[in-house]
Amino acid sequence: MLGALLAESPALPLHTAGKYVAGAYIVLFALVLIYVAIMAIRLGRIERDLGELLSMSEGSPEAPPAEAQAGRQDSERESTLAYPMKGHP
Amino acid sequence: MSGVQTPGRPSLTTPPKQAVGLWRTVGALLRKELLVELRTLESVPGMSLFALTTFVVFHFALNRDSVEGDLAAGILWVTLLFAAILGVNRLFVADADQGGYDAFLLAPVDRSAMFLAKTLTLLAFLVVLELVAVPAFALLLLGPPLGPALPGLLATLALGDVGIAVIGTLVAALAVQTRARDLLGPLLALPLFVPIVIGGARAVSPLLVQAHTGGVVEPPIRWLLTLGLYDLVFGLIAYALFDFLLED
Amino acid sequence: MQSPSRHPAGSSDTKHRPSGAVGTYGRGLRTLSLSTVIAIALALGLVFFYAPLEAEQGFLQKIFYVHVPLAIVALCGFVLGGLLAIQHLRTRDPRWDMRSYVVIHMSLIFAIGTLITGSIWAKGSWGHWWVWSEPTLVSFLIIFLLYATYQPLRFAIEDPERQARYASVFAITAGAFVPLNYIAVNLSTAYLHPRVFTSTSNLPGSMAFTLLVSMVAMALLFATLCKYELTAKHTRAQLRALRRRLAGDGVSPPARSRSAVPSLSHVAAPPAQAAGRSAL
Repeated sequence: MLGALLAESPALPLHTAGKYVAGAYIVLFALVLIYVAIMAIRLGRIERDLGELLSMSEGSPEAPPAEAQAGRQDSERESTLAYPMKGHP
Repeated sequence: MSGVQTPGRPSLTTPPKQAVGLWRTVGALLRKELLVELRTLESVPGMSLFALTTFVVFHFALNRDSVEGDLAAGILWVTLLFAAILGVNRLFVADADQGGYDAFLLAPVDRSAMFLAKTLTLLAFLVVLELVAVPAFALLLLGPPLGPALPGLLATLALGDVGIAVIGTLVAALAVQTRARDLLGPLLALPLFVPIVIGGARAVSPLLVQAHTGGVVEPPIRWLLTLGLYDLVFGLIAYALFDFLLED
Repeated sequence: MQSPSRHPAGSSDTKHRPSGAVGTYGRGLRTLSLSTVIAIALALGLVFFYAPLEAEQGFLQKIFYVHVPLAIVALCGFVLGGLLAIQHLRTRDPRWDMRSYVVIHMSLIFAIGTLITGSIWAKGSWGHWWVWSEPTLVSFLIIFLLYATYQPLRFAIEDPERQARYASVFAITAGAFVPLNYIAVNLSTAYLHPRVFTSTSNLPGSMAFTLLVSMVAMALLFATLCKYELTAKHTRAQLRALRRRLAGDGVSPPARSRSAVPSLSHVAAPPAQAAGRSAL
């Protein structure tokens, strides 16, 4: 069916038009894949950081116990803030 | 201008209660700006000289003795635009470097007055620039006579100037606080100027054509409307956003 | 810390976390990704097996279904970036600035995709890699040049609060500029060259439907990628905060080098009752 349709198309022949169409779709695919690759690098970095933090918490005796690492936020508020917000409620 | 606040000082983020009316403030600021410019002469002569030099450069670059139509409109607008950018770059430099902001922020005035005053200042600079550049253009490069084109040209230039002034002021305030202010200013401003160039050049080019039998030629209305609409929208946006740039 | 079992990327196990956890950026990411995959597969199927061949351009016209959605999603993304920036200026919550930043970045990438696919289409149709008669291409070039200054502008301002504020002003101005610029460029090219190639009026129903599905797929892709980005940034901010806490409260935080990226390190945690909602 598609072959019959294409055989009748009047404009650019398939073998030249096909290259351009493929190129356009490949561009989109490539952009997404580049983003996936960037994410993979970031994920690797996060994993490495987490490993370091885990060993830091187990290694140093005065480090807070493990359950504090679950990301509880009430003490996060008091932690040293890099940029105090002015006028922030 | 870091966010340091000494205790006991009124906050720089909350505007003080207004004690002086808006237009009086604008008048005072405008007078100050124009006085400073008259005394130091750092913007307008530079802009005008730049425009003249650019016309000479165009003559050699294009290898033409006279231009008309699209080419003439293009040369005129490009030159005006780049000369305007010179003025935009310098607009807030004195205030940022010498602490003029602080005093203004503490005064009991409407903060939008700064925006209005600076825009009117830039507009005044552009008008003086054009008083020099347009006759020079007619003398040096323009083929057809300027007379019949003048009313339409002036109307278009007026509308374009308002747009350039509004956008230029906003971009100047944005760029002056950055580290690469002379570079970022033009980079930010030029794309925003493109619709003004589109409207301005398309409006002016049919005016600067040789084959006129006399009488005044009118610029195409649609481009004047485009310019006017653009000016209006960006005027409102810049007016609304400017206060956020002044806080500290 | 949770058990060392592997979680699929983006799954949210908020049931296992103590209340007050802030893993809310990643919530719903799995659903979103799956919907995107389905939509893209559906769109591709429609493009190549359902949509009829166009009369004058033939097979080349299929680029239309990737170029136009990219363009529309990018344009909407830029405007959305402006709207998010308005929220930032109104609430001064840095999370809105982060969202605005991510959306603008993603839209810039989509704009580059628009320019490249449009250029490929121009080459196939006209034989030139660039044509001034195509208003979408021209206006996207201008928009690209404008938003390419967003990152340098941010980088050039050191104080993070001012950086976020100025970036928001820029995002709002540029977001308003996008539609105006499109109109202005359309007027200028229509004046000179009648538009031929991207007319979306008079589309037959099957093409319109395919285009619609493609746009939905592209919008979902945009949303998924933005969510990934936000989750990644948030995770990194949490890691930094954790590292600071483990290093001991007496240690002052290392001086942050200059950065164009908005920082979430000072975000107050969302209240416990909001932990169930997605932060996006």
